[in-house]
Amino acid sequence: MLTDYNDLKTIANRIRKDIITATHAAGSGHPGGSLSAVEILTVLYFYKMKVDPNNPKDPDRDIFVLSKGHASPVLYSTLAEKGYFEKSLLPTFRKIGSILQGHPDKKKVPGVEMSTGSLGQGFSTCIGMALASKLDKKKNRIYALLGDGEIQEGIVWEAAMSASHYKLDNLTAIMDHNGLQIDGANEEVMNVNPVKEKWESFGWHVIEIDGHDFGQIISALDAAETVKGKPTIIIAKTIKGKGVSFMEGVADWHGKAPNNEQMEAAISELGGDADVR
Amino acid sequence: MSDKIATRQAYGEALVSLGEKNPDIVVLDADLSKSTMTASFAKKFSDRFFNMGIAEQNLFGTAAGLAAAGKTVFASTFAMFAAGRAFEIIRNAICYPVLNVKVCATHAGITVGEDGGSHQAIEDIALMRAIPNMIVLNPSDAVSAKKAVYAAAEYKGPVYVRLGRVAVPVIYEDDSLNYEIGKGICIKEGSDVTIIATGVMVHEALTAAKTLEETGINARVIDMHTIKPIDEDIIIKAASETGAIVTAEEHNIIGGLGSAVAEVLAKNYPAKMKMVGILDTFGESGKPDELMKKYLITAEEIVKAVNEIIK
Repeated sequence: MLTDYNDLKTIANRIRKDIITATHAAGSGHPGGSLSAVEILTVLYFYKMKVDPNNPKDPDRDIFVLSKGHASPVLYSTLAEKGYFEKSLLPTFRKIGSILQGHPDKKKVPGVEMSTGSLGQGFSTCIGMALASKLDKKKNRIYALLGDGEIQEGIVWEAAMSASHYKLDNLTAIMDHNGLQIDGANEEVMNVNPVKEKWESFGWHVIEIDGHDFGQIISALDAAETVKGKPTIIIAKTIKGKGVSFMEGVADWHGKAPNNEQMEAAISELGGDADVR
Repeated sequence: MSDKIATRQAYGEALVSLGEKNPDIVVLDADLSKSTMTASFAKKFSDRFFNMGIAEQNLFGTAAGLAAAGKTVFASTFAMFAAGRAFEIIRNAICYPVLNVKVCATHAGITVGEDGGSHQAIEDIALMRAIPNMIVLNPSDAVSAKKAVYAAAEYKGPVYVRLGRVAVPVIYEDDSLNYEIGKGICIKEGSDVTIIATGVMVHEALTAAKTLEETGINARVIDMHTIKPIDEDIIIKAASETGAIVTAEEHNIIGGLGSAVAEVLAKNYPAKMKMVGILDTFGESGKPDELMKKYLITAEEIVKAVNEIIK
């Protein structure tokens, strides 16, 4: 297990570059909300979770569900980095015959725990997984990553209510709060604030952090494990498009791939050559 | 055919029996356990029963998660709120990843009765059979309902079981019924016409066949308890041997059993056909038998259709 943030930073940077090259190769996809979640997935897969890419069905493994399934590039890049499948598959993203569907398909990709993409559903399935772990007296933890636009879905609040009702303290949700969705700022499309109070009123323990700060992410995930009798949500303040200056804070990069020039500029800004694949 | 038992009653009993045998069976409900009859399971196996409240989307999402963790999940609510309200969750969270969830929907069809049109699911078969990987079962009586539930538990993957509110005549004797998913049952042999019925309409079909016999028409009656995968062989055989088919269902005439049978015939053995079903209209409050009359799904309507088709 790595504790040196420099190592995590190196991994995160590689994942960022893979997000850029994969969406560029596909000619479509969702780079903005993938880049905002890079540090979160890096900490989960390279510090926090008990998972083994060589034994992806280990019954005692921790489970991560990407409920904001459109951010598949960050999940695929992280899983490839972890060794669940060959990195050479990343450029097949969104292409016919590929295991790497536009939105994650658990039947196709090793390490993908739930098929997601229809917003709110992945989070809801985590309620079932957490209940099953409790029933089977397992010590594993269930992690869900939600988008901030995603919480506009009614099913999210149905699930939130049931998680506290059944005291699912083995469930940690993380909300990637980058403030932007397809049509613009959350506040303009459909105000989700105040988010902290909403989750608290649904019976959740809430931790607020900077979602790009490795120390804060680690502390929050560690703290969530000590909370008993209720689920925890980590509201991670993030920047959409983080790491690529011309994508940062621009809603338009929610669901658009970089062209050749933009890809090269992004890779060079991330401090490296685009691995030519 | 003296007793009358609701198929949901049979479901509740079958669940308890399954719970005793299989510790991996879990049951979910949406504040309707006394109506869907999951309450007996809840009482006996309280640790494996989860009331999800009046929140059907999350009910089916949670069911998917439990199944992904290895459980055999029975998830129940009224057909309107399962196939209707939670359609997309059933499609994307259960059928797309092929998870082992049994959607056991009660209070289907117009025989819901007094609750009225808002609660009478007459589109559920069409919706559920259009989803890849979904099996669709519609038992006709308490005996076949129990067997359907046991068969669903054995099958690994998503199954929709359509169950009714009202008590219906018992058609089968327990020991003699050989129930298999995807295999229609020929209840009565006949050579002049075939009535293919499903759910509560199977009993109506048998009544119709008796009436027809009095006028010298010998009708074959098939209980098509599995709408998907539909038994193509039994349909083609019936068409070739009897020449004409009448379907009967407690469902909209669009997209249900009649459509499924027509698809088989059109592709394999074009034959004369008539459909008895609800004529693309919403129901209303009333007693189940009054509604069946008003919405033209009775033995009399089947007789009429047979007489028209073999004229």
